Amino acid sequence: MDDTILEMRRITKTFPGVTALEDVTLAVRRGEIHAICGENGAGKSTLMKVLSGVYPSGSYDGEILFDGKPMQFRGIRDSEANGIVIIHQELALVPYLSIAENIFLGNERRGRSGLIDWNFANAEAAKLLASVGLHENPVTPVIQLGVGKQQLVEIAKALSKKVRLLILDEPTAALNDIDSAHLLDLLRALKEQGITCIMISHKLNEITAIADSTTVIRDGRAVETLDMRSDEVTQQRIIRGMVGRDLDSFYPDRESSPGDEVLRIEDWTVRHPVQDRMVVEGVGLSVRAGEVVGIAGLMGAGRTELAMSVFGRSYGRDIRGRLFVHGREVQARTVAEAIDNGIAYVTEDRKRYGLNLIDDVRRNVSAAALDRLSRLGWVNGNEEIKVAESSRKEMNIRTPSVMAVVGKLSGGNQQKVVLSKWLFTDPDVLILDEPTRGIDVGAKYEIYTIINRLVAAGKAVIVISSELPELLGMCDRIYTLAAGRITGEMPVAEATQESLMELMTKDKELVG
Amino acid sequence: MTSIKTPSTERPTPPDSPPTAALHSGTSDLRALVLNNLRQSGIYVALVVIVALFAVLTDGVLLSPGNITNIVLQYSYILVLAIGMVILIIGGHIDLSVGSVVALTGAVSAVLVIQQGHPWWIGVLAALVVGVAVGAWHGFWVAYAGIPAFIVTLAGMLLFRGLTLRVLDNISLSPFPSEYQQVAAGFLNGLLGGQGFDAFTLLIGAIAVAGYAVSGFRTRVARIRYQQPVESFPLFVARVVLVGAVLMYFAWQLAHARGLPIVLIILAVLVLVYGLLTRRTVFGRQVYAIGGNLSAAALSGVKVRTVNFWMFVNMGFLAAVAGVIYSSRSNGAQPAAGNMFELDAIAAAFIGGAAVTGGVGTVVGAMVGGLIMAVMSNGMQLMGIDQSTQSVVKGLVLLVAVAFDVYNKRRAGTAR
Repeated sequence: MDDTILEMRRITKTFPGVTALEDVTLAVRRGEIHAICGENGAGKSTLMKVLSGVYPSGSYDGEILFDGKPMQFRGIRDSEANGIVIIHQELALVPYLSIAENIFLGNERRGRSGLIDWNFANAEAAKLLASVGLHENPVTPVIQLGVGKQQLVEIAKALSKKVRLLILDEPTAALNDIDSAHLLDLLRALKEQGITCIMISHKLNEITAIADSTTVIRDGRAVETLDMRSDEVTQQRIIRGMVGRDLDSFYPDRESSPGDEVLRIEDWTVRHPVQDRMVVEGVGLSVRAGEVVGIAGLMGAGRTELAMSVFGRSYGRDIRGRLFVHGREVQARTVAEAIDNGIAYVTEDRKRYGLNLIDDVRRNVSAAALDRLSRLGWVNGNEEIKVAESSRKEMNIRTPSVMAVVGKLSGGNQQKVVLSKWLFTDPDVLILDEPTRGIDVGAKYEIYTIINRLVAAGKAVIVISSELPELLGMCDRIYTLAAGRITGEMPVAEATQESLMELMTKDKELVG
Repeated sequence: MTSIKTPSTERPTPPDSPPTAALHSGTSDLRALVLNNLRQSGIYVALVVIVALFAVLTDGVLLSPGNITNIVLQYSYILVLAIGMVILIIGGHIDLSVGSVVALTGAVSAVLVIQQGHPWWIGVLAALVVGVAVGAWHGFWVAYAGIPAFIVTLAGMLLFRGLTLRVLDNISLSPFPSEYQQVAAGFLNGLLGGQGFDAFTLLIGAIAVAGYAVSGFRTRVARIRYQQPVESFPLFVARVVLVGAVLMYFAWQLAHARGLPIVLIILAVLVLVYGLLTRRTVFGRQVYAIGGNLSAAALSGVKVRTVNFWMFVNMGFLAAVAGVIYSSRSNGAQPAAGNMFELDAIAAAFIGGAAVTGGVGTVVGAMVGGLIMAVMSNGMQLMGIDQSTQSVVKGLVLLVAVAFDVYNKRRAGTAR
């Protein structure tokens, strides 16, 4: 069992001005699940791109041995011909094509006439789908599937290419817990069939559950490879390798002293924008000054939909219910009205909904409150710079200048820019939707510190998160949401991951 | 033009330091400066190269006083259209109908002034009203009905061309009374006298240079007070001197021809106003925000529909201004007037650095882009090159300009 299927030796990859990988050596045993973890920007994805030929042979130093033979991949096609298939974090499926069309995309099965035999292709696709445990008709367009099922289609696609080494980049980042569990089961099953798997993940609990070995990458170097079978490797142990220091307390301490109620919604009901179903039904919740309230729920529970509908009716239709700010009923029919009423919403997808990536830090920070910097429609550009500079200092945004383009910053720094933007609107209540998604451990800690500072300054904060430990570590009170309804509310002292999960799945089972 | 070196790290300046600090600060690293501004400076360099090339090829005729005046008169309406067009392109839209709108507004004006004998200003006013109405029509369909601008304005292109034919009854109208002709063919001349040249033109030129220098210096002082990076003082002076010299040369040549064209004054005012509008106003910012990331803009409280609507109203207004200038210059209204103007205006915006995906572009860039097209057309006409070759060359220049821009962006490793 201990023979090596893949060896990457002394890989060094540089980009103009940066060394992304330095002298990285990685050995993967045949038939194992090998996890790779490290902070964002540590070089995990770059290493996998070198392996899969996205960065062609010659653009890096070092050598790759696959099955003991040196490989020089000039592109993805070369690596796939050898049975190495990579599934990227952002899935590469064509939304309006069917499952079968996606599976055989670029790998079409032609009949004798030279035309594609779709009956054969669909039948083949059905077999592949069965092997990944996805019960869908192969002619279904991919856009109709949820992210979890799309992930399975990607794996089926990899299987169609006779995969021997499967690389998954953050496979569960966008999945809910049930889909994640299913995916991990599937990976175990593939392992039984002798498929070797490299998995990049931020979710340490998954790594400890499934991986046979774990390589930790830090600042472009392979720090260590831990044998998960023999060593007593805990999550804390992996974190120590990633950040090079122990996080004695992962969540910063905070004195909790909630004041008056700031925001309350009653009987909030939202219909899906196109389909005829309720996404949020009869939800009531409140948050007080100096309080952090969490909303826990699985994917599809309606968390983001609830938040966005409250924030200037940015989601859904037929929105009914009452909204109170400081005890006074208000109407927030547009985003501008919501902002005027002191509500801020930090979106879960900062790249798509939070930032103008091609513009600079300065103008992103001022984007939601330009009226505070302008008189009679004229923007005071110098005051704007001053505001951006002070955000940069207070938030510790690591950028060479506030004139730097936001798209070039790391995820954590981008998130700080989004937070700066909303803080500049001087809100009373901040709704933070997945505030630490896709950012590294160090930046997460910084975000938590910022949240604590806001709460200490008397702001009310609502945190929506898929990570239960995060909610337990940060919140004063937690609501659980399932299928658009509130299924529970408890002070954090009474909550555990198990009790929350029970409430989060409660309604789901009833609804089916 | 700024460099990215921060003076605060290099030479700390207290926030309330006196303006004299403006004399000593910033970087002199010309190479860094040029590289940092390659994207913007690229088109200036291209303009200079093209002007020099055609000046040589035409034995200096290109830069003769008469011809410079000619270029201004001949391409002013394209530049006016390019102002509105670049704003739409920054916002992620396009307008294919401006040629038809130029024709329609000119036709309405001609019918009122030539056929019905109303005074010239009634014609101008009516043209502007029609232009704004057309813009509101487009704006309604794009902003409130949610139809892509490409489709709405493609329909508008046909629609307003048809209406032009209707208004003109399929015939050309001409000539306009002399006051109306003044808009495009008039000059301010002899107001101050001069020996074989027009002193008034030179005075206006000098005022423009002084204005440029003073506003540049004031911006610089303010930036330093806010501890922002600025170019080094010698470089600042060099830039002002260079721009001043070009402006004064231009004024000198005009002064030795027929004086200051009225249309140039109109154009200068528009460039100034719209330059400020795009860079310094909330509206301008919102246009960039919408073009850069529509969803993020909407979730930041930008009233996307309202902004989109007014972008199109503005385009309609500027198309009407161009319509008045064009009808004045051609001294009448023709059913086929303004054909293909939209393409010249769009080309000017893209050559001037606007991005196809929206969110990027400047009014000044579009003007330089328009001038590149103008100098090329004019130069090739002077050389007697036929229409077919001109078209081929212009097409290739557009392609190369955008390809260069894409290449540049990729090399810079921008987010997209």
